[in-house]
Amino acid sequence: MLVEKIMKKNVITLSSTATVLEALQLLQEHRIRHIPIIDKEKHVIGIVSDRDVRVASPSILDKQANQQVLKKEIREIMSTPVVTIHPLDFVEDIAKIFYEETFACLPVVREGKLVGIVTEKDMLYTLIQLTGTHMPSSHIELKVPHEPGNLASILAVFGKRKLNITSLLIYPDHEDSNYKIVVIRVQTIHPLPVVKDLQTNGFEVIWPKPLQGAEE
Amino acid sequence: MTCKSSFVYSKNLLNYHFYADHPFNQIRVRLTKELLKSMNQLHEHSIMNPRMATDEELALFHDRTYIEAVKLASKGELPSSKQADFGLNTDDTPVFEGMHDAAALIVGGTLEAIDAVLQNKVSHALNLSGGLHHGFKRKASGFCVYNDAAVGIQYIREKYNMNVLYIDTDAHHGDGVQWAFYEDPHVCTLSIHETGRYLFPGTGYVNERGITKGYGYSFNIPLDAFTQDESFISIYENAFREIIDFFKPDVLITQNGADAHFLDPLTHLNSSMKIYEQIPLLAHQLAHEYCEGRWIALGGGGYDLWRVVPRAWAQIWKVMNDNQPFTGKLPNDWLLKWQKEAPVTLPTYWHDLEEDIPVIPRKEEIMEKNNQMLEHALSYIKTQRNLK
Ligand SMILES: [Zn+2]
Ligand SMILES: [Zn+2]
Repeated sequence: MLVEKIMKKNVITLSSTATVLEALQLLQEHRIRHIPIIDKEKHVIGIVSDRDVRVASPSILDKQANQQVLKKEIREIMSTPVVTIHPLDFVEDIAKIFYEETFACLPVVREGKLVGIVTEKDMLYTLIQLTGTHMPSSHIELKVPHEPGNLASILAVFGKRKLNITSLLIYPDHEDSNYKIVVIRVQTIHPLPVVKDLQTNGFEVIWPKPLQGAEE
Repeated sequence: MTCKSSFVYSKNLLNYHFYADHPFNQIRVRLTKELLKSMNQLHEHSIMNPRMATDEELALFHDRTYIEAVKLASKGELPSSKQADFGLNTDDTPVFEGMHDAAALIVGGTLEAIDAVLQNKVSHALNLSGGLHHGFKRKASGFCVYNDAAVGIQYIREKYNMNVLYIDTDAHHGDGVQWAFYEDPHVCTLSIHETGRYLFPGTGYVNERGITKGYGYSFNIPLDAFTQDESFISIYENAFREIIDFFKPDVLITQNGADAHFLDPLTHLNSSMKIYEQIPLLAHQLAHEYCEGRWIALGGGGYDLWRVVPRAWAQIWKVMNDNQPFTGKLPNDWLLKWQKEAPVTLPTYWHDLEEDIPVIPRKEEIMEKNNQMLEHALSYIKTQRNLK
């Protein structure tokens, strides 16, 4: 999946000469946590987060000092340089940036100009979409030897029963590196027949678990 | 305590039949009816015939195009290219001749039950052929063609203008009914089910609370696999009491799927018969406490046709009538007659024997997690109460 699929295109921005007060108002008004700072050519020259604004304000009790801070120009408190990404970057790679770095927002830049923004929250939402349920379906989990051809045989079993697969996930088996865990969501309330087929074909089914009533 | 109640039955309700080995089989309704007759607890004057729901009535919830598609499919005239769109002719809901009539009769049974209660002819009514909670506006799903519960609730809204509390204790999430009233503050839904992380349909997460005006009127408590009786009953009682006290409905509808039992082949909640005594007892009590008795109970899932469903469903009727679940031995004549047909050994008692109930490790942990879900689900009520 590409960044351009998940980025927000309507980006709230400020110029570097705007005041901290303006930033504060924008953050509250739009219920956002980051504002990219751009110049006239839409180049990203910094970024301001709600935390930057909070840190800059010495004390809410100290009215005098507060007033001074709010008049400060954004460029004095903004973070630079800014890590940016490209619309054609892979979402999966962006996840790694979020995991490794401390910031929670990435401006998207094409030909030097700001075209979008991706937050850690957008990223999580995408992952929820990838692993979640969008259609009524049941979950089947298999432990499969890490060898070529296995996935094709598994899918053939589903194909034979004309079952619709709504999502498919494969990840390494942490307990045994010779195996993969394959998670399939399939559009049926009654997965047992296909589970039986899978077992007949020699696949190890982790879920559904065999239960007392299930043997009939 | 004796309450006047109606039992919806006609042998035509058994026409909702996909094929011989299909897991959904309405022979359950007949088995239950005969079990009650053997116990001398079901009399002819309590039996009410279902009627066929009209197209107008079905259209209270379903799309006209979908109703037309079901009709065509029933005659074998729906092109296969269109079947998938409507969820028809899948493994779960294969098309059969007369499907529309069979499904519409079930809906009509629920409507008759509703009319009987809301026109004060009886206090309670039971349609065990109904409770087809997975049916969508324009799609069959999870063995359900028409959603009698959704049609029935909309019928109550339009004809009687009452506020409806819908309680769904099927092991699967009551998705069709939930989405039908997701924006409606006059219909409050509670579904207690096995977590959708593994089980069909996958939805029913605790943060599905409704949208727009309906926000705060959908409740979901997903339970862990292997939850068993104690935790299930405690969650059910807590949630039901809190929600009915918050919503104060005019009428109660319960969906009484009987597929949470340890013998059920499709699910993993691992309960015993105990929950099927407690579920109707509390519903009955609260219907009298909050709704002047107005309670319509429906059937639902339940895939151990022989050992579990007849016992579980007979208890609803018993409790509806005199508030006392059956105990002791099952009637001999019923056992003799049906043991010949059953592929499994029928149970001897109304309850499950202690030695047959599986022992599950990690019981405490599962309980703790379920309680967290309960707290989460009810947090909205608590904030509302604090605001007042
Ligand atoms: Zn009563
Ligand atoms: Zn069910």
